[in-house]
Amino acid sequence: MNAMLNWLAQIASITKFGLMSIPQRRGAVFATVIGIAGVVAVLVGVLSIGAGFRRAMTNSGSADAAIVLRSGSDSEMVSGFGRAETRLIADAPGVARNKDGPLASAELFVIINLAKRSTGTDANVPLRGVEGAAVSVRENLQVAEGRMFAWGKNEVIVGRGASREFAGLEVGSTVKVGREAWPVVGVFTANGGVAESEIWTDAKVLQAAYKRGDSFQSVYARLNSAAAFTEFKDALTSNPQLNVKVLRQSEHYAAQSETLTRLISTLGFIIAFLMAIGAVFGALNTMYSAVAARTREIATLRALGFGSGAVVIALMIESLVLALLGGAVGAGLAYAAFNNYRAATMNWQSFSQVTFAFAVTPHLLVQGVVWATLIGLIGGLLPAIRAARQPIAAALREL
Amino acid sequence: MSDSQAKNNELVRVDNVEKIFHRGSEEIHVLSKLSLLVPTGEFLALMGPSGSGKSTLLNLIGGLDRPTNGTVTVAGDRIDQLSDRQLAAWRARHIGFVFQLYNLMPVLTAERNVELPLLLTTLTKAQRQKHVATALAMVGLSHRAKHYPRTMSGGEQQRVGIARGIVTDPTLLLCDEPTGDLDRKAGDEILNLLQALNREHGKTIIMVTHDPHASARAARTVHLTKGQLTREAVA
Repeated sequence: MNAMLNWLAQIASITKFGLMSIPQRRGAVFATVIGIAGVVAVLVGVLSIGAGFRRAMTNSGSADAAIVLRSGSDSEMVSGFGRAETRLIADAPGVARNKDGPLASAELFVIINLAKRSTGTDANVPLRGVEGAAVSVRENLQVAEGRMFAWGKNEVIVGRGASREFAGLEVGSTVKVGREAWPVVGVFTANGGVAESEIWTDAKVLQAAYKRGDSFQSVYARLNSAAAFTEFKDALTSNPQLNVKVLRQSEHYAAQSETLTRLISTLGFIIAFLMAIGAVFGALNTMYSAVAARTREIATLRALGFGSGAVVIALMIESLVLALLGGAVGAGLAYAAFNNYRAATMNWQSFSQVTFAFAVTPHLLVQGVVWATLIGLIGGLLPAIRAARQPIAAALREL
Repeated sequence: MSDSQAKNNELVRVDNVEKIFHRGSEEIHVLSKLSLLVPTGEFLALMGPSGSGKSTLLNLIGGLDRPTNGTVTVAGDRIDQLSDRQLAAWRARHIGFVFQLYNLMPVLTAERNVELPLLLTTLTKAQRQKHVATALAMVGLSHRAKHYPRTMSGGEQQRVGIARGIVTDPTLLLCDEPTGDLDRKAGDEILNLLQALNREHGKTIIMVTHDPHASARAARTVHLTKGQLTREAVA
């Protein structure tokens, strides 16, 4: 026990000397801390894009809401139903009801071209036709500005994200749908979810404008509970009149976000890995110069009886402290610069734009600090071993 | 003194020691078949020109290096047979070092520098402070306890170095050119101090020096030339 305490005291002393001598080496230390901060900031920043996109998509659907598509469809774009089918779906067991009937909305989905505010280039913006129950089916959907469109009229409301990202979507402006200009009468929010990237109108009006007859592409339904999903799904998939694919909305949106988040994560890790290699060399350089500058001090301590193991551990701790400092600076920078930064990108499943906010989540911050720790450990190990293996007698005479 | 009395009294025994360094394919014989006895309580000076092997011999006696051949026994321990870890613990227990360039930690005050070797013991903080105060008083630097090395003269820094060397009450005090970086006046103060430690406190001291003025303070001086003892003088 005493030996262990003694050893820990040795480590603490050597670590303290190292940290106290940092002001004498502040240039190299600063470069290392900034290098590691850069790696962490870039890693966290890039991954926050994926996390924000995933959050926008998963905020869109809850476990007690379902989406029904034609069997074999990956997205609403390639799905299709007639009126008779959507009625069967709305009347299926498990669907929640209110005084107006089942909470199910048959919807259709078209894409219109609008200019991005940031670049002025055209982008695909989803225009969704909905039925009366649509607002009740989605959680937290609220008209934040203006009013709801009038049923049966050529009017639209636009999501907050779409209004922010695309030109000409303010209340009072008009949107070109086919050959006509439809007024924007309201702006709605949906808890940051994917619906905020869309423009909504009455499904019947949209069917007429696009000559879709009485066809739809999907049915959104709110269920009695999350547990009612199985009953709902079984009822639809076992009905010989229907040929459908039934998903929880949460699962549907998670699947939609998968391709992009995987791409972003892979790119983020590759960039961060390449930068981390550079940062490791920076840390190596700093710790080698720390060891070189303190050769005589370390040799003196070892001559007095301090152990080589304690020297190694203490130098590793010093390297880790610098790395964690860099990690914290990088994570802080990433949070300040990227958290809630708003952007829009293509959802490749629906070929339309999704607006979202970058999300610097606690998980990403931890991930950044873990990378910093690894850089610190790798950068500190070799110099620490060198310090511990230097012949004491020769090192004592170093100037 | 009879042989057995001499044996009981001997603190350091160096037997037929050789030390060979390698530079590429070249072998450099720094010490050749060297033997030396140092009794407890002696103040011994090792003299010789640069490259004579005196510092190497001091390093072997202090457990900072191992001989290529031969044996080194200090305080009854065959230190040439100890592992690195055992040697570190052994040095902490038995040896006090005083270096030519003082080798103080610039980021620590005088008292914290003196306390360093005590961190390797099981003493409490209060006990350590008491030992530090005693050591600083012995070298006449109680009033400089809270000062940093950079604010001290060379002589004062070396006295802090000596206080650090004696604070654990080591079996043996090894001094490598302790006055080599000091002017004559400061050097004399250091030599007075070492002499007092030897005479009044019975400390066994081995001092490497190339300065006859310094070696004159020792009770015995041995001369090394090309790795061998060539002459011995008793004061």
